[in-house]
Amino acid sequence: MSTSSDTEVTTPEVTGPEASRPLLPEREGQAPGAVRGTRLALRHAALGRPDAAVLSDVDLDIAPGEILTVVGASGCGKSTLLRTLAGLLPLLAGEITQDGGPLTGPAADRALVFQEDALLPWRTLRANVELPLAIKGLSRTERRSQADAWLDRVGLAAHARQLPHRVSGGQRQRAQLARALAGAPRAVLMDEPFGALDAQTRAGMQDLLVDVLGGTGATVVFVTHDVDEALFLGDRVALLGNGRLTAVREVPRPRDRTVHDDPARVALRRDVLSSLGT
Amino acid sequence: MSRRPLARYALRVTSLTVALGVWQLLTSLNVDLWLRFSQFPTVADVARAFADRLSGLDYWTDLTDSLTRILTGFLLAAVLGVATGVLVARSRLAEDVLGPLLEVVRPIPAIALVPVAILLFPSNEQGIVFITCTAAFFPVLVSTRHAVRALTPVWEEAVLTMGGGRRRVLGSVVLPGALPGIFGGLSVGIGVSWICVISAEMISGQYGVGYRTWQDYTVVNYAGVFVGMVTIGVLGWLTSTAVELLGRRLTRWLPRTSYVPGVRPRATVPVSPAAAVTKTETAPSTEETRDEHLV
Repeated sequence: MSTSSDTEVTTPEVTGPEASRPLLPEREGQAPGAVRGTRLALRHAALGRPDAAVLSDVDLDIAPGEILTVVGASGCGKSTLLRTLAGLLPLLAGEITQDGGPLTGPAADRALVFQEDALLPWRTLRANVELPLAIKGLSRTERRSQADAWLDRVGLAAHARQLPHRVSGGQRQRAQLARALAGAPRAVLMDEPFGALDAQTRAGMQDLLVDVLGGTGATVVFVTHDVDEALFLGDRVALLGNGRLTAVREVPRPRDRTVHDDPARVALRRDVLSSLGT
Repeated sequence: MSRRPLARYALRVTSLTVALGVWQLLTSLNVDLWLRFSQFPTVADVARAFADRLSGLDYWTDLTDSLTRILTGFLLAAVLGVATGVLVARSRLAEDVLGPLLEVVRPIPAIALVPVAILLFPSNEQGIVFITCTAAFFPVLVSTRHAVRALTPVWEEAVLTMGGGRRRVLGSVVLPGALPGIFGGLSVGIGVSWICVISAEMISGQYGVGYRTWQDYTVVNYAGVFVGMVTIGVLGWLTSTAVELLGRRLTRWLPRTSYVPGVRPRATVPVSPAAAVTKTETAPSTEETRDEHLV
């Protein structure tokens, strides 16, 4: 496995807007030796199930460590894009690469977070978080301490021994986030993870996500149908519609709740909404 | 409030006692109203025969023989049924190769395989186990196959994106996730197994509860026949309860409704007025204290 510092050297032809973009302050302060993000790229890609292509001619370059949000109407292929990046769906045409090499199937360095009910219902929250660590081959005590640390980080220390159906939807999604990050993935692919939550819980989860991602340096692809969520979280926003990737826009001052009335932000929001046809 | 457990057990015992009382009455009075109870042994006759049997060695040999046969056959069927069910549900090749074969054999009643068992196996013992196993195999197979196919796909996708392989998916998702369905099949399977082990013993056994029951019938020992039937009933009940309890223990994670059948609002009515009164009394007072605090 190549480290991301290798990647940055071996791929000097940095494409897209991130070439000129300085790393954001809250994502700079990484612990030494922390996992760094991975670069994911699609070239002339056609995506979908073999009998039904959903997206065609997709060109997308996701920079290491960036948060890319993907918006689009339901059924436009957001989940297909995510499952393809996860390696669960093979490409119908074109090319998909991770750090310049071909991406052939699912792997532990690209974790997937689902909308809901993806925790194994027969495992306690702690045992769910321990699962990726067990797959990595960690010892029992090591698993236990790391899982507890992650549960503590997402505020679920008191619920570690509960079964998923005994806690609330928001708590289940926090546990899922902990499970995805416990495996120290280099990319986190999130499929409308807060879609089933009420507005209040959702804002809290967004803040929590920003908080726990800081320091991991992982690349994030975050699919949502909520434009405000996309503009709050994303360094860039990708728009899907009519079976294509219609635009990738850079977001001014992401993850800052105080810039709601920033003119650039308002203009971008209007653009995004109009291009989605709403 | 539902009835207290003690009261419920008392009710169950009473139900059994009444049934026995009716039997005793009908047989001791030699009732002959189209249904003829004159030839029937009374409860006392059966009890006496039972006590005789319990003190003899043969009864216990029969019991252990039958239990050994059914447990061997059933455990084999459980292992083979779960393995084949998972294989057929997860692999298209296995489905094509084994599917038609299994569907053709499945409708054949296991007890109709007695001639096959006699031809195939060197001893009666193995033949009976074979028949018992075949009987339980199909319910376990079918329920496992359905349970595995009904699994939520995101569970598997989650494990795959954690870097888990086929074996991990099998051990961490497929088997635990299918367990509730598998136990449905095991519960049906243990019942069918009893039917077949008793029938097979009646046809070709030496020792065993079924064999003894048939022997008693041929020598016109009707009390003995009833002892055999009661024994089969109790053994069947014990084994299926064991399967049921094990299943409940292993699938304790299943979400259950908080609704308890038999609990009706009317039962709570006599209790609630008092509680409601105390509630309405305490509520304003806390509100008042809060107001005072604000002021």
